[in-house]
Amino acid sequence: MEVTSTGQTDTEIINRVLKGDQSAFALLVETYKNYVFTLVLRFTENREDAEEIAQDVFVKAYRSLADFRGDSKFSTWLFTITRTTCLSFLRKKKLDIRSLDNERTGLQVENRESSFGANQVEQKSRHAMLNRAISMLSPDDAQVLNLFYKGDQSLEEIGKIMRLDPNTIKVKLHRARQRLKDKLEKYFAHEVREIHAD
Amino acid sequence: MEQKHLSRNLLIKKLEMEQEIEKRLWDYIDNRCSPEEKEIVGRLLSQDPVWQMKYAELMGVHDLLQKEDLDMPSLRFTKNVMEEIAKYQVAPATQNYINKNVIRGIGLFLLTLVAGLFIYITKSMNWNSAPTSHFSLPIDTAKLNPEKFMNNTVVLVFTGLTVVLSLILLDQFLQMKKKMAGHGTQGGTA
Repeated sequence: MEVTSTGQTDTEIINRVLKGDQSAFALLVETYKNYVFTLVLRFTENREDAEEIAQDVFVKAYRSLADFRGDSKFSTWLFTITRTTCLSFLRKKKLDIRSLDNERTGLQVENRESSFGANQVEQKSRHAMLNRAISMLSPDDAQVLNLFYKGDQSLEEIGKIMRLDPNTIKVKLHRARQRLKDKLEKYFAHEVREIHAD
Repeated sequence: MEQKHLSRNLLIKKLEMEQEIEKRLWDYIDNRCSPEEKEIVGRLLSQDPVWQMKYAELMGVHDLLQKEDLDMPSLRFTKNVMEEIAKYQVAPATQNYINKNVIRGIGLFLLTLVAGLFIYITKSMNWNSAPTSHFSLPIDTAKLNPEKFMNNTVVLVFTGLTVVLSLILLDQFLQMKKKMAGHGTQGGTA
């Protein structure tokens, strides 16, 4: 059970909100805003759009808070809302939704590779480099890595989100990390060496 | 030719071995292996340079991912969300206004209807009818008389049932809404 900065658990805060203390919801927003915003940035790279979507996620979470049964972590539940909100936003805006289709993913990788030259400065940052490498992966791989490392979710919880067996998630996680390693070696070998040398 | 085939087999074996090492190392890094396996991997890591090299490679990626910070939205983010949700109320839980008994009742009614129809059709079938050159149903369609069952009284009874069920649902929904509105007012004054 997650404990917020005020020492209260998510469930305690949710109960307060459900009893009518709307201001208590701010504690949940403070705790999970970075998590949601990071996940949203995986779907759309535009920060303004990401902020709008993240805000929408919290509004939806607030409105359907009574539906949170507490049989999973609040962050797991929040992720499902984030995912559906992102997809409907992208559909509405008719933006390019990264599909699982290899051909399209390959094409996007090529496009990104060609734009690397213009972003030399950004590449120097470890954060930007990792984000770029993750964005080259398939959405499934990126999702597993994000949930495991950034969302701090266990294999069982990721399994619940993706409706897959934890063992399948374990294999997916292994493969995603392997593919990320390959991308880092292929496109960011110099930066990785610099990081390890520091 | 044979040498080429041999070297290909060796390469495949080497790749398979590498994959197996990686799999075991990831389990070790994630702390998802048994104590015995942990001990074995620990021993291999202290003795085998291949395992040491692979471990360093994997830990490089793992550290990079673990040290990664989350992205932060603007400073006004929480304030914006709170301003937005001030316009709304928490909606009643779906399970409260969707009565499971009503759904079960409708399901049971439909199942009974399908089963009754199936039994009636099966009973009306003439399985011993002689085969003819043209296609014909093994059922006496003249015997099927839906008007016998679907008369005005039956339609009226079902319409009445539907109206009663709808009224029950509507009543429950309105009661829940009233209850939630009460909560909302309490929160606003607190």
